[in-house]
Amino acid sequence: MTRLPLAAPTRLLAGLVPNRWDIVLMPLVVSLLFMLAWGSAGMAQPFQPGEALPISLDPSNLPGYALRTTLRMAAAMLASLVFTFAYASWAARSERAAQVLIPLLDVLQSVPILGFLSITVVGFIKLFPGSLLGPECAAIFAIFTSQAWNMTFSFYSSLRMIPKDLYQAAEVFQLSAWQRFWKLEVPYAVPGLIWNAMMSVAGGWFFVVAAEAISVEGYSIQLPGIGSYIALAIQQRDLTAIGWAIFAMLLVILATDQLVFRPLTVWAERFKFEFTEAQGEPRSWFLAVLRRAQLAMLLTRLSARAWDVSSRLLRHLPARPAVRLRWRFARRGVRLMDRLWTPLLIVAAGASIVALARFVQAEVSYAEIGHVFLLGLWTGLRVMLLIALASVIWVPIGIWIGLRPKLAQRAQPVVIFLASFPANLLFPLAVTAIIQYHLNPEIWLSPLMILGTQWYILFNVIGAAAALPSDLREVAANLGLSRWLLWRRLLLPAIFPAYVTGGLTASGGAWNASVVAEVVSWGSTTLTATGIGSYIAAQTVAGDHPRIALGVAVMSLYVIVLNRSLWERLYIFARQRFVFT
Amino acid sequence: MVDKTDSEFLLELHNVGKTFAATEANAITVLQHISLQIRPGEIVALVGRSGCGKSTLMRIVCGLTKASSGQVLYRGHKVTKPESGISLVFQTFALFPWLNVLQNVELGLEAQGVPREERRKRALVAIDMIGLDGFESAYPKELSGGMRQRVGFARALVVNPDLLLMDEAFSALDVPTSETLRNDLLDLWLERRIPTRAIVMVSHNIEEALLMADRIIVLDSNPGRIKAEVPVTMKHPRDRESHAFRQAIDQVYGAMTAVLGASPMMRALGLGHRLPDAGIQQMLGVLDALNQPAAGGSVDLSELADELHLEVDDLFPLLEALELLDFAHTVDRRVELTNHGKGFVEADIQRRKMVFGEHLLHRVPLAAHIRRVLDERANARAPRSRFLREMEDFLTEDEAERVLDVIIDWGRYAEIFAFDTHADRFSLENPGEEKVEEA
Repeated sequence: MTRLPLAAPTRLLAGLVPNRWDIVLMPLVVSLLFMLAWGSAGMAQPFQPGEALPISLDPSNLPGYALRTTLRMAAAMLASLVFTFAYASWAARSERAAQVLIPLLDVLQSVPILGFLSITVVGFIKLFPGSLLGPECAAIFAIFTSQAWNMTFSFYSSLRMIPKDLYQAAEVFQLSAWQRFWKLEVPYAVPGLIWNAMMSVAGGWFFVVAAEAISVEGYSIQLPGIGSYIALAIQQRDLTAIGWAIFAMLLVILATDQLVFRPLTVWAERFKFEFTEAQGEPRSWFLAVLRRAQLAMLLTRLSARAWDVSSRLLRHLPARPAVRLRWRFARRGVRLMDRLWTPLLIVAAGASIVALARFVQAEVSYAEIGHVFLLGLWTGLRVMLLIALASVIWVPIGIWIGLRPKLAQRAQPVVIFLASFPANLLFPLAVTAIIQYHLNPEIWLSPLMILGTQWYILFNVIGAAAALPSDLREVAANLGLSRWLLWRRLLLPAIFPAYVTGGLTASGGAWNASVVAEVVSWGSTTLTATGIGSYIAAQTVAGDHPRIALGVAVMSLYVIVLNRSLWERLYIFARQRFVFT
Repeated sequence: MVDKTDSEFLLELHNVGKTFAATEANAITVLQHISLQIRPGEIVALVGRSGCGKSTLMRIVCGLTKASSGQVLYRGHKVTKPESGISLVFQTFALFPWLNVLQNVELGLEAQGVPREERRKRALVAIDMIGLDGFESAYPKELSGGMRQRVGFARALVVNPDLLLMDEAFSALDVPTSETLRNDLLDLWLERRIPTRAIVMVSHNIEEALLMADRIIVLDSNPGRIKAEVPVTMKHPRDRESHAFRQAIDQVYGAMTAVLGASPMMRALGLGHRLPDAGIQQMLGVLDALNQPAAGGSVDLSELADELHLEVDDLFPLLEALELLDFAHTVDRRVELTNHGKGFVEADIQRRKMVFGEHLLHRVPLAAHIRRVLDERANARAPRSRFLREMEDFLTEDEAERVLDVIIDWGRYAEIFAFDTHADRFSLENPGEEKVEEA
C-alpha cells in the first residue's frame, strides 16, 4: 500500500477475504439476526384482550424475556430517532412552527409515562385486533415517550448552533438538502444525540415495568419481558426472582454499553466540534474489532452505495436552511401572516385550555381540582428537598473526584452506568425496610424518586471540576487561599453552570419518577405517599380519563413553572456569570 | 475551459446595494451603488475598514445573500443562488471537522453529482497540487492552521471555478504561514496551473492586497461605497522593499484617509453614530508613538501601521476615535498629535481619566446623553435597554449593542458613569465606594 486504501470499490466483494476478526464477529452477527427473527416473531402472535399471557418466574425464561424487552427498547429508540429528525428539523426550519413545537415539546416532556399509556393503549389494541401487536405497540410507544423528548431537544439545539460559515460552505458548494442533512446537520448533532440516547435508554429501563405490565382501565396485560417478570415477582413477593431480574438487567445494560454505546461514543469523537485534539479519549474493544473485520468493510461499501443512490435520487429536495442562519432582510409579503400568527396561537391555546377545563369539570368538582393542586405542591416539595439533599451530598464528592484526573476518568463511565441502572428494582427492598422498621412512607418513599436521577448532578459536577483550568488552581494555591475561600471563590462558581444543567435534568426526572415512586407495592402490601404521582397512578388504574387529564395537566404545569421560574433563570445567571470565556 | 459567453466581463456588479431593516420604519444601508467589472485574467482586491460591508459584498457575489438593489451578473446571467463556477475560501476555513481531508475536498464534487471514482481522482489531483499529499486521511483537527486553509483552497479549487473568491483567506494565519500559502497560490495562478480565470479577494491587509492584486478597490464605510480604485502594474514577484511598492502603499493609505476626512460631519449624527471599536490602551499606544521625540507629533500612516503591527481593520477605528475625541488628526496620509492629545498622553493616570472624560462628554453625544439621563434620575440609575431602544431607531440591533459596549468601555475608563453587567444598568455609583463586600 503506497497510498491509503483509496482504490475505488468497483465491486462490492472485491478484495474482501475474511480475517480473524471476522471469525469473532461472524457468530455475533448471526446470533443477532437469529435473535431478531425470534423476538419479532413473538411480537405478532394472536392475542385477545383479557387473555392471560403466561409469565413464569423460572430464571431460565429470563434470557428470552431480556431479548424481548431489548427489542422493544430498540424499536422505541428507532422511533425516537425518526421522530427527532423530523420534529426538530421542522422546528429549526420554520420560526412559526418552532413557536408551537418547542413549548409543546416542553409539555410532552413533563407528562408522565402513564399519561400517554392510558390514552393510547385502547387505540393500539383496536388498531391490531386479535394480535399481540397492539399491546406490543402500546408498550413500545410508552417506552418511546420516555426516550424521545430529550433527544429531540438536543437535536434542535444542535441545529441552531451549527456555525454559520459551515452552512455557507454547504451552500456555496451547492449541497442538496439531503446531503446537507447527513453531511452537516446530523454529524454536528451526533455527540449530543448519543449522549442523550444513553440517558434515554436509562430512562426507558426505569419505566420498563410500567410499560410492559400494562394495567390501564381494566386491561391487565403482561407482555413477556423483564418488566413483567419484575411485576410478577413483586406480586408474588419473590426476592430471589428480583435478584435474578437485577442480574439479567445488569448483563443487558453491560452488553448494551459494550456493544452499542461505547463504540458509538468512541466513533462519535470525530464529530465533536473542536479543533484541538483531546487527550484521554475513551476506547472500545468492540469498535476495534469492527474496524479490523472485513465484514465492516463490506458494510461501509454498502452504505456508500446507498448514500450515492440516495443523494442522486433526492438531489432536488427543496433546500431550506435553519432559521437563525437565514439573512434577515425586509420582507413584505409575509408580514401579514407574521402579525396574525401570534394572536392565532393565543386563541388556539386558549381554546384548548377551555376544552380541557370543560372535559375535566364535567366530573370533577372545584374542591377536588384544588386538592390536586395541593397534591402537586406536596410532590414539588419532595422533589426540591431531594434535589437539595442530593446536591449537598454529590457536589462536594463530585468536585473531589473531578480534581483528580485519573479518578475522574475512571468514575465517569461508572456514573453513567449507575444512571442507566433502573433504580426501581430496589423498590422492593425499600418496602420491606419500611414495613420492617415501621417507617413513615410519606417520608421514606421520597428518596426513591431521586435514586435514578441524582447521578446527573454527580456526573455534571465531575465533568466541570475536571475541566477547571489548572492555572486558576495554581493561582489559588499561590495566593494561599484557605480551604473555605478556595471553595467559595473558585470551585463552587466554576462548577455552577454544569451543576444547574445536572439539577435541571435530575429535577425533571424526579417529577416523572414520582408516578412510580409514590405508589410502591410488595405482594399485597401497597405503600402510598400523598402526592400527585400517586394520584395519577391511581386514576390510571381506574381508567378515569377526566381525572388523569387533570393530574397530568397539573403536573405539567408545575414542572414547566418550576423550570421556567427557577432552573432557567439559574441557567441564564450561570451562563452570564460563571462561564470562562 | 471554453468561454461560452460573449460578455467581455466574467462578473459585473451594477449598482448593487444592501440594506438591513433595523426597525419597521428604519433601514440601515450597508452597501450602496457598487458597480464593478471583473475581467478574465485579473486579481482584484477589495480593501476597507471593518464595517464597510466587504464581506457582505462577497456573499452577495457568490449568491449567499440577495442584494437589496441592483444586480450581479456572472457570465451575463443574474446571480440569485450559489453558482457552480464561483468558489469561496473562508477566513475561518469552514472545514467539516468530521470529514477527513479527502472527504472535505470531495464535498463540492459530491454535491455536483460527480461519480465516486472520478471525484476521488480529481480530489487527489487538487490535494497534490496544493501540497497536501500525505495528509489525505488526516482530520482537520490534526492539521495546523496553514494546512487547514490549504484544505480550504483545495476544496474551492477542485470544482474548477471560473471565479475564486477569498474572504480574508489569510488573516487567520500567522505571518510566515500566510506568506507561504499566498506565494503558492500566486505560483499556481501565474503558471496557469489552475483553470480559475479571475480572483476577487477581500483583505484588510494592504500589503497583502498589493502583493497579489492587479487592481485594488478601496471601499468607504457607512454606507459601503467604492471610494477609489488603485491599479497595480508591478510585475510579480513584487518586492515590498521597492520604491514603487512603498509608493503604492502610500497611495492606498491616502485613498483610505480620504475616508476619514468625513468624520467632523459624523459628530452631528448623535445617537446614531457608529462609534469605532477602539480600546483605550490601543489609543494610548498610538498617541505614545506619535509623541516619541523621533516622531515629533506626526507620523506617516504606513509607518505607524508597521511600527504598531496593526492592520487596517485595527488601525482605522483607532484613528477615527482619536479624531472624534480631538486627540489626533489624520491629514493626507499623516497622523498628527493635537495639543489636547499631547496633554492627554503626557498626563498621569488620574489626570488622563479626567481629560478623557471631558472630551468624551463634549464630543460624543451618546456619552453626554447617558450622563444627562443619569443626572436627571433621582436614583441615578438607568437600564441598558433604555438606551438600546433609542439607538435602535438608527442602528441595527447588533450594531446598537456593539456601540453601547464601546461607550461603556470608554465611560468606565473616564469614570463618567458606572455600569453593572449583572443588573444590566448604568449608574453614577462609584464602584470603589460601594458597600465593602460581605466579608
